[in-house]
Amino acid sequence: MPSTLEISPEQIEQQRLYREMGLSDEEFKSITKILGRRPNHTETGLFSVMWSEHCSYKNSKPLLKKFPTEGPHVLQGPGEGAGIIDIGDDQAVVFKIESHNHPSAVEPYQGAATGVGGILRDVFSMGARPIALLNSLRFGSLKHPRVKFLFEEVVNGIAGYGNCVGVPTVGGEVQFDDAYNGNPLVNAMCVGLIDHKDIQKGIAAGIGNTVMYVGAKTGRDGIHGATFASEELSEESEEKRPSVQVGDPFMEKLLIEACLDVIQHDALVGIQDMGAAGLTSSASEMASKAGTGMTMNLDLIPQRELNMTPYEMMLSESQERMLLVVEKGREEEIAQVFKKYDLEAVAVGEVTDTKRFRLTHKGETVADVPVDSLAEDAPVYHQPWRVPAYYKEFQAMDNYIPDVSDYRKTLLDLLKQPTIASKEWVYDQYDSMVQTNTVVRPGSDAAVLRVRGTDKALAMTTDCNSRYIYLDPETGGKIAVAEAARNIVCSGGRPLGLTDGLNFGSPENPEIFWQMEKSVEGMSSACTKLGTPVISGNVSLYNESFGGHAIYPTPIVGMVGLIEETKHITQSHMKKAGDLIYIIGETYPEFGGSELQGMLEGKHFGKALRIDLDIEASRQKQLLKAIQSGFVASAHDLSEGGLAVALAESLFENELGCDVALEGDLTTALFSETQSRYIVSVNPEHQEAFEGEVKDARCIGTVTDDGVLRVKSGEQPVLEEQTTTLKETWKGAIPCLVKSKV
Amino acid sequence: MKFAVVVFPGSNCDRDMYFAAKDALGEEADLVWYQEADLSDYDAILLPGGFSYGDYLRSGAIAATSQVTEQIRAAAEAGKPILGVCNGFQVLLETGLLPGAMLSNVNQKFMCHYETLIVENNETMFTSHYEKKEKISIPIAHGDGNYYCDEETYQTLLENDQIAFTYENNPNGSVGDIAGITNEAGNVLGMMPHPERAVEKLIGNEDGLRLFQSILTHWRNNHAINA
Repeated sequence: MPSTLEISPEQIEQQRLYREMGLSDEEFKSITKILGRRPNHTETGLFSVMWSEHCSYKNSKPLLKKFPTEGPHVLQGPGEGAGIIDIGDDQAVVFKIESHNHPSAVEPYQGAATGVGGILRDVFSMGARPIALLNSLRFGSLKHPRVKFLFEEVVNGIAGYGNCVGVPTVGGEVQFDDAYNGNPLVNAMCVGLIDHKDIQKGIAAGIGNTVMYVGAKTGRDGIHGATFASEELSEESEEKRPSVQVGDPFMEKLLIEACLDVIQHDALVGIQDMGAAGLTSSASEMASKAGTGMTMNLDLIPQRELNMTPYEMMLSESQERMLLVVEKGREEEIAQVFKKYDLEAVAVGEVTDTKRFRLTHKGETVADVPVDSLAEDAPVYHQPWRVPAYYKEFQAMDNYIPDVSDYRKTLLDLLKQPTIASKEWVYDQYDSMVQTNTVVRPGSDAAVLRVRGTDKALAMTTDCNSRYIYLDPETGGKIAVAEAARNIVCSGGRPLGLTDGLNFGSPENPEIFWQMEKSVEGMSSACTKLGTPVISGNVSLYNESFGGHAIYPTPIVGMVGLIEETKHITQSHMKKAGDLIYIIGETYPEFGGSELQGMLEGKHFGKALRIDLDIEASRQKQLLKAIQSGFVASAHDLSEGGLAVALAESLFENELGCDVALEGDLTTALFSETQSRYIVSVNPEHQEAFEGEVKDARCIGTVTDDGVLRVKSGEQPVLEEQTTTLKETWKGAIPCLVKSKV
Repeated sequence: MKFAVVVFPGSNCDRDMYFAAKDALGEEADLVWYQEADLSDYDAILLPGGFSYGDYLRSGAIAATSQVTEQIRAAAEAGKPILGVCNGFQVLLETGLLPGAMLSNVNQKFMCHYETLIVENNETMFTSHYEKKEKISIPIAHGDGNYYCDEETYQTLLENDQIAFTYENNPNGSVGDIAGITNEAGNVLGMMPHPERAVEKLIGNEDGLRLFQSILTHWRNNHAINA
């Protein structure tokens, strides 16, 4: 076919060049069978990216089917750019999380920045205005200079992009563990708001309609990004820096405004962003979803560099590009909408009835393949699994109870742990207030944004304690979903649904696949019990580096909840002296995977914490009702570091004190991370009503105005420290770690 | 009263400014795209924050070369109130309507949080609803907010009472803790903090609303005289 000096189909087969593109021998054979001939270089490229894990989910599909994805309020489940949930008044919330781990590991600023750019496009391509960004980050130990560099640059990249486009970064989480030393995780989540009538789909419908290209020109950046993201990191990964795309947030800002204008135009048929696998995935998916075909003339693709080959154009992951399908003959009307923003919309192809994806370049056909074979017919692998030896060992261990004598010092040390310490150093760099809807800014259990023009608000959070999941993936998976829901409830919201960011090692390792399967099963059961369907998500596998060290299994939960009235909005900090302090839920001696275990032992082992989903669900209902009834002054879920840390955190904002009396083993009472627990403060006038509503609440003390955190056992003082001292320790830890010379 | 919010490519606080004038203050307001702008019918001009032209070249530099600048200049000469916030302040510096220049924050990082401002001059059309030396809490959100001018200019600013707001705890290295300055005539105010983000209790506080109310009071007084 092509007369260029491309590698010939024979060479690709004989020299097995497809392997370098990430295709297996078997996969190459089935491509040859589909086509009835050997694929040429461009076609091999098309298949290799579309059949990569990143685009096809070939290893994770059987697991993703286990997630509950439906509900009466779900308007769009997985399969489009992002999922959509109804919030009443003909409005809906649109959200999705996406990983950018591999690029961030080799080029942290651009990796993180383009992660933000990509997830924004997923949301505004649905027709929604992006109203919030969140993220979930994992790094190794800040003792390592490389990790420190990655941490600073990832935060810088998220800030650089998010701040410029004018979408507030309102929340997220950052955790540190040696398991991520060589392989940081950068997951970005975007939340958008949409009127039902504006919901768009990425479809290439209407035979004869025109395919238009909008946004940045196509360059040679990001070629094979999707393939790169589907293999382990290695010493050679540094050489793949050209696989990392470069972002232009200014261009993105123009695209957002122009696309939100163009969705109001009745000549628009379909719209999709060019994300992973660029032109190839957007074009073939749009045609496949509509049951049509498509031809494109690659000479018309706006190009940033000279002499680009079809292969390069189709596999480029240049950022800030969108693909549109518009009614034939009305191209100029659409082009005018973009012209206002100095953006060019160019007709590059046509919707056909052939169900084939045909590309021409310089007058020749350079690819001609069945469109469904790219978008739908990727192989699906049911990987073998095996219970890891470490898990059996952990299950057989006696219950670990740490030896703590100095409770005050232990609390101070825990507040210094980077996973617990204040993340102000991070979120101060993010514009968390632009768009003037942010009611609860970063630092509380969940971020809260009001829905302008209504009295409603949205609560949103990202959560995942990967240590629990490492110890016991099924239980840990349940906990991840439950904790996210708890954070929503503490803010006064009803959890609506979630997006999942599944980050794991290599699925070809049977022990890793077992982690994947079990954590998905755990998450699914919690989703069903808590009424939070999975409406979108992302899978990032092969998170391994240097000598087969896989990360902890890290399936991140991004959850959104609806707050019916703004007066229900509740925060974690206690309000005033005299309020009663309650703990909700029993506490057991559970330290497997706890912060205290990590701090004292330098590793995590043993059984994970238990969780009873029936208790979880009923407590969430009771607490939410109490909050909605106006009985609760503050609410905070107990997580890393247990009651002592949660108590301290609740006092910081107003620098209050507390008098608390605890019973039983104090190490357990103070530092155990037993699940399904909360600490809330209640104005005494609501005491009776609150206790009537929340059955498992037990009053343990009162808020004081002397600025001292005091804990007694019986009449014996066991822990006493100035709130300001605790706060300074907690606030100063990360700036200190970042500044310290290694 | 009728406000124009001038929107440049890359402005991102334009809608916030619009809602502050329209909903919080309750006056008329329009978002005006920089190319189609006819500012002659407006009583006040608001230049919003954001990253006009991506802050490429220098913050505010490219927007300052657009043709709408001539209309802004004419409005300034006519004595209309002109408020530039954050990137809008940077644009005013680049057009020369206000003296000085903007450098990167001393710690080289973007920062977003509430800062305490001191009202240094409450006798301007933007600050009459505040007490002199009153402390107010207004959010900042910028990477290039380190105001710089030479000593001579600084002395002139002091002598002419052109310093409207200072920071209580200088976050970015600005000369003289400057957070906002006016022109000599007092009808052009540039400030890095965002008053439009502090116009409702629900999203923080109402300390910024009084700035908009001051503009309205000035206009009403003027209008009454003219009428």
